[in-house]
Amino acid sequence: MQPTPFLAAGSSLLSLSPVDLVIIGLYFAIVIGIGFYLKKFAKTGDDFFMAGRKMTAWIAGLSFISANLSSLETMGWSAMAYQYGMLGAHAYLIGAIPAILFLAVVMMPFYYICKTHSVPGYLKLRYGEGPRSIAGVSFAILTVMVSGASMFAMAKILHLLLGWNMYASIWVSSITVAIYVTLGGLLSAVFNEVLQYFLIWAGALLIPILGLIHAGGWGKMMAAIQQNVKVIHPTVQNADFTSLWRNLGSFDSNPMGIDWFGMVFGLGLAVSFGYWCTDFLQVQRVIVAKDLRSAQNGTIIGAALKMLVPLIVTIPGLLGLAVLMNPDGSPMVLVPESDPRAGITHHTFNDVLPLLMGQYLGPGLLGLGVTAMIAGFMSGMAGNISAFATVWTYDVYKPLIRKSAPDAHYLSMGRLCSLIGIAISIGTAYLLFAFSNILEYLQVLVFLFIVPLFGAVILGMLWKGATPAGGFWGFLSAILVSIWMWAYVHSFPDGYRPPPKITLSAGAVITKENGPDGKLARLVVRSGKVELVNVPLSASTPIVSAPLTLPAKVKETAGETPVQVLAPEVVLFESKQTDRFGIEAVPVVLEPGVEVHAATVSARFAPSAFNPQHAKLIARSEKAKPMAVNMYSAWWSFVVCVSITFLVSLFTTRKPESELKDLVMGLTTLPDQGPCPWYRTPLFWAGVVAAALIAINIIFW
Amino acid sequence: MQTQEKQVPIWFFIGTLLTVYGIIIAGAGAYGWMHPPEKKVALWGLHADLWWGILLCLFGLVYVIRFWPRPGEGLTGKIESPSAESGKG
Repeated sequence: MQPTPFLAAGSSLLSLSPVDLVIIGLYFAIVIGIGFYLKKFAKTGDDFFMAGRKMTAWIAGLSFISANLSSLETMGWSAMAYQYGMLGAHAYLIGAIPAILFLAVVMMPFYYICKTHSVPGYLKLRYGEGPRSIAGVSFAILTVMVSGASMFAMAKILHLLLGWNMYASIWVSSITVAIYVTLGGLLSAVFNEVLQYFLIWAGALLIPILGLIHAGGWGKMMAAIQQNVKVIHPTVQNADFTSLWRNLGSFDSNPMGIDWFGMVFGLGLAVSFGYWCTDFLQVQRVIVAKDLRSAQNGTIIGAALKMLVPLIVTIPGLLGLAVLMNPDGSPMVLVPESDPRAGITHHTFNDVLPLLMGQYLGPGLLGLGVTAMIAGFMSGMAGNISAFATVWTYDVYKPLIRKSAPDAHYLSMGRLCSLIGIAISIGTAYLLFAFSNILEYLQVLVFLFIVPLFGAVILGMLWKGATPAGGFWGFLSAILVSIWMWAYVHSFPDGYRPPPKITLSAGAVITKENGPDGKLARLVVRSGKVELVNVPLSASTPIVSAPLTLPAKVKETAGETPVQVLAPEVVLFESKQTDRFGIEAVPVVLEPGVEVHAATVSARFAPSAFNPQHAKLIARSEKAKPMAVNMYSAWWSFVVCVSITFLVSLFTTRKPESELKDLVMGLTTLPDQGPCPWYRTPLFWAGVVAAALIAINIIFW
Repeated sequence: MQTQEKQVPIWFFIGTLLTVYGIIIAGAGAYGWMHPPEKKVALWGLHADLWWGILLCLFGLVYVIRFWPRPGEGLTGKIESPSAESGKG
């Protein structure tokens, strides 16, 4: 096997011109201006927490979809499309639309009629204080921590892309969000989300347009993808990256290692319904509409807009596979964040969108693209903070701490909570500087919590026999099972050995020796330090006394593994120039005097790795990738929640029907909303969106 | 939330920002066309910044004109009560 040269990544990916900075500055000015302008409209608790329940269907729908269109989302799902091909688009099709339509047509009447302030509030009405307390406290903590994680992610990305100071990014964005959320409450958050939606489209739509022109059209882009994935994703090079369903007949034929059952029931049912129907951040956006019909139509507008998002998210990810090239004309290889080469010698999957921005957007347009990204992060933070203020005030403070107080008191508490929420978010962001892997745990925590919540809510809405004890134990047991599944797939009874790796320390002096074919054949380290992980070493002294050759490959139980060599900042012996690179499967010779630190790493629990044997039990295939395992985990979590709730309900006391009025199907009378022509009814538009969904799936089958 | 005083609808803010952005981006594009930079982005010859800026500006102007603050119209750009509707006249 020939050694594989990797691209040397630059220190910052994009550079902004003064025009770009003006565009970014204008955005900050207008969001703060909107906050000050809206302050006079947030006079009561209902104004502050529920935006006065006056939103039109269009604003509710745009805000609903925008709250989900944060920069983590757009960058993350572009990365998914780069990693999994067209399957990444399912997040916007079967992984969203059926659930959103279900929310609009079936669930919205219950949320709306019972006039709850939050999803935990619904749990209180339906099941009692137990489930609400679990949901309220966990949700309050998670939202504010996710907000901090969003801040940290923004600061990190702006630092990597633009070289901006991370602390300055955190403080400037936090203070801006603090000003406009504290002043205008949910109204301010919603208005900025609507603004963000337009900015994202204005800033991102040019990338797929220019990219497709560059690739020579859709057909040529798909042909280039199938050709390039052989180099970019060699472990799944025979998988079909270009279809939505055709490749889901077996676990081998697609890059995700999933089958149609996992996609339909894991993503389409458990994950999707959990997220869209019970994530309070989302639901809050539409229950503030001015009437039930607007809430329903707003949700359906959100579904229609959601189906358009693949244009600016999935297509850029696919373009990354087709048009991102190295200077020598070979396809650019991006790696996952967990890859040891990430950020040193390789860009990561998450960089695919910024890389395309840098490739196509000149002065002005680049500023707009970066503004869209910042807007996405800030509105994500604002959404979490306003949800935190509502849930804390109505589901924790009011029932548990101060049950009766004037409305003005709760309004002040909401404003104070917004500031406290921002402060905790900043604390979380600072915590992440020290423990960046917490970010991974946080995202998992949200995931573990949402699906069980959906199981509890949907049974409560559709079945009057669900008892408070059933709801509580179903919810709790599904959370515990989800946590167990997560721990199980990351545990390795025989120990997990990270791939063998050699890291050359900064300042190490080296010589690259080429073979007769002109390719790199050997690397000689003349001085400096070398760190070895899981590379067998014949000598035991820390200082090399005689030339020592490290192997290009290491024999392991599963076969031979190539040794990675990372050189973030080395000096070339001949030219004295600084170089950085990453290679693998190249012998490394250590000259006398080189300092060696060798370690053998083996862990029984590794959050960054999946045990294929354990993953098979959950996701039915050893080839299951993380996304496939997540989808199947969600499905089992949903099954556990529904089963336990059902079984416990059979043996425990039901609530009287009089207490379930307006909370359960069959016991709820929909209010007469007056005459409405057929072409304006939610059911008609839900049918139109469903038909469009089916058509898209057939076209890209 | 709705009174007889002029309220600025969210759509007006959006229109204004997009119009200003469109002018800046189209201006930068026109300048770049007249003074080509040394380091060009891919497909520079299409002058995407110029026509995209013009499109943004036109799109923004439609919103600015349609949602110019007027009596009786609320923050959401809708007339929210019969009295307001008559006020809009």
